[in-house]
Amino acid sequence: MKNFDNELITDLKAQANYLRRQSLTMIYRRQAGHPGGCLSAADIVAALYFKVLRIDPKRPDWEDRDRFILSKGHASALLYSALARRGYFAESDLEHWGELSCQLQGHPDRLKTPGVDMTSGILGHGIAIGLGLSLGARLQKRDYHTYVLLGDGECQGGIVWEGANACAKFNPGNLTAIVDYNDVQLDGAVHDIMPMEPFADKWRSFRWEVISIDGHDMIQILSALEEAVSITRRPVVIIARTVKGKGVSFMENKAQWHGIPPDKEQYSAAMAELSGEGS
Amino acid sequence: MANLAMREAYGRALAEYGAVHPKVVALDVDTASSTLSSFFEKRFPDRFFNFGIAEPCMIDAAVGLALAGMVPFANAFAALASLRALEQVRTCVCYARTNVKIASSYAGVSDFKDGPTHHAISDIAIMRSLPEMTVIVPADGNEAATFVPLIAEFDGPVYFRLNRAATLPVSSSGEALSIGKGIVRRQGKDLTIVACGSMTGRSMQAADALASKGVQARVIEMHTIKPLDVELILQAADDTGAIVTAEEHTVIGGLGSAVAEALAVRPVPLYRVGIKDTFARTGPDPESIMDAYSMGVSDIVNAAISLIGRKKS
Repeated sequence: MKNFDNELITDLKAQANYLRRQSLTMIYRRQAGHPGGCLSAADIVAALYFKVLRIDPKRPDWEDRDRFILSKGHASALLYSALARRGYFAESDLEHWGELSCQLQGHPDRLKTPGVDMTSGILGHGIAIGLGLSLGARLQKRDYHTYVLLGDGECQGGIVWEGANACAKFNPGNLTAIVDYNDVQLDGAVHDIMPMEPFADKWRSFRWEVISIDGHDMIQILSALEEAVSITRRPVVIIARTVKGKGVSFMENKAQWHGIPPDKEQYSAAMAELSGEGS
Repeated sequence: MANLAMREAYGRALAEYGAVHPKVVALDVDTASSTLSSFFEKRFPDRFFNFGIAEPCMIDAAVGLALAGMVPFANAFAALASLRALEQVRTCVCYARTNVKIASSYAGVSDFKDGPTHHAISDIAIMRSLPEMTVIVPADGNEAATFVPLIAEFDGPVYFRLNRAATLPVSSSGEALSIGKGIVRRQGKDLTIVACGSMTGRSMQAADALASKGVQARVIEMHTIKPLDVELILQAADDTGAIVTAEEHTVIGGLGSAVAEALAVRPVPLYRVGIKDTFARTGPDPESIMDAYSMGVSDIVNAAISLIGRKKS
């Protein structure tokens, strides 16, 4: 595994912690949102938005920017926190999430929010849309990369596999999928509701390269993202094993925290646990 | 120009336009030799993508291509484009307002031999209900070809409804068309027939038959169902006092319903010709099915005569 600068790792961990705190604060303030899946994906999104993605917040429509599709659109608070932190809009805008006039919708909306590359919310679309973006980049001889973040429960839907199959055929060579594999969905554990194992084998049988990592280990995340971009012979999926509700002990691995906001006491307790770096 | 099958006129036009507009790409779902996107495929193999029998995937990939700045024409049978891929169309094309053109072939009962599974009689109703969607139904092959560049250069989602076979020709080669503007195909003062698609030619025949009975019917071709040319309809209501609509589609939710909505502010007697609330059957050709399922020339004529009797004079 490649050595990464200690300072970088420390900084990215702090950014991830910041994103967790900001997401929870948004969800608490609005009394709506999806805490569990924001917390599980926070390290991945921190790595992307604070290190990996070639983006320029001053030019959200820059044609050569890397694209990011949050296919698991219910983690919108996490994405909004990252976009605000990077300066696409003011962090104070986050306070108005969900208000009728606010640019921040319940789920990401590319037309209303600077920095959102694609509207999402109904699960399953990211892979096939990412394929189209990647094919478009190839046709126009642009060198941007497209990243798609999806959930493991999301992969229960057939459109994901239609997209996966088509990616293998067209193999644009500039597309990376990342699965936030937290094994928890709205109604319970993914392995109970509709088991997806053997998950990595499914992707391999669809002719994808699979990189399996601990989705909370920043060095593993960065290494996997670097490796994924270097592989062009097949599309690449990073299966990131994560913990739903990561960082807040009473939320971890609990389906009830998929889409329920914390009350005042729970919020205070959660923020106390998430104090420290980046807070 | 010969009266080509609508799909052939479209396919040839798309291939020709591909040379003019390098950002046009075509997608298909194992129906290229039916929709005739195959003409484009032959000329521009690098800009053609066949997704196999996976309409939702094709629409999503078209969305991605549009996000990348391309102008995708996604080709499929209308029954599948409007039903199986509908969530993709609603969320990723319309709500996200991506510049995707859905070329929906084999519409109405034009896939006569494959039967009601392959007929598309609800697609106008479905697509018309989606915000941001523009719905275009050409009347003949010539129009199908003429619309290709207009749709490619139009900014936003379009549902382009095409028939499999040739329809009765109503337009002339080189005739200018404008999205959202209906065309008065025949002047008349006694009532107006508002038609789209294959029923336009049938409405012209009905107008001939009515003329022989002393009834002067105006015929409006309403190729753009959405946005509807309300002004032209209200003018016709004022001028002629009665309206018959005619479409190769269910009477629920399509052109007839759109016209009824427009007339709600200025009611005149209205009759909607189309397939009643039922599935059709397999038949030897589209015309037989249309005749058997209340979309015949005589259905238009009879509707017109009954309305004349109801007009306020």
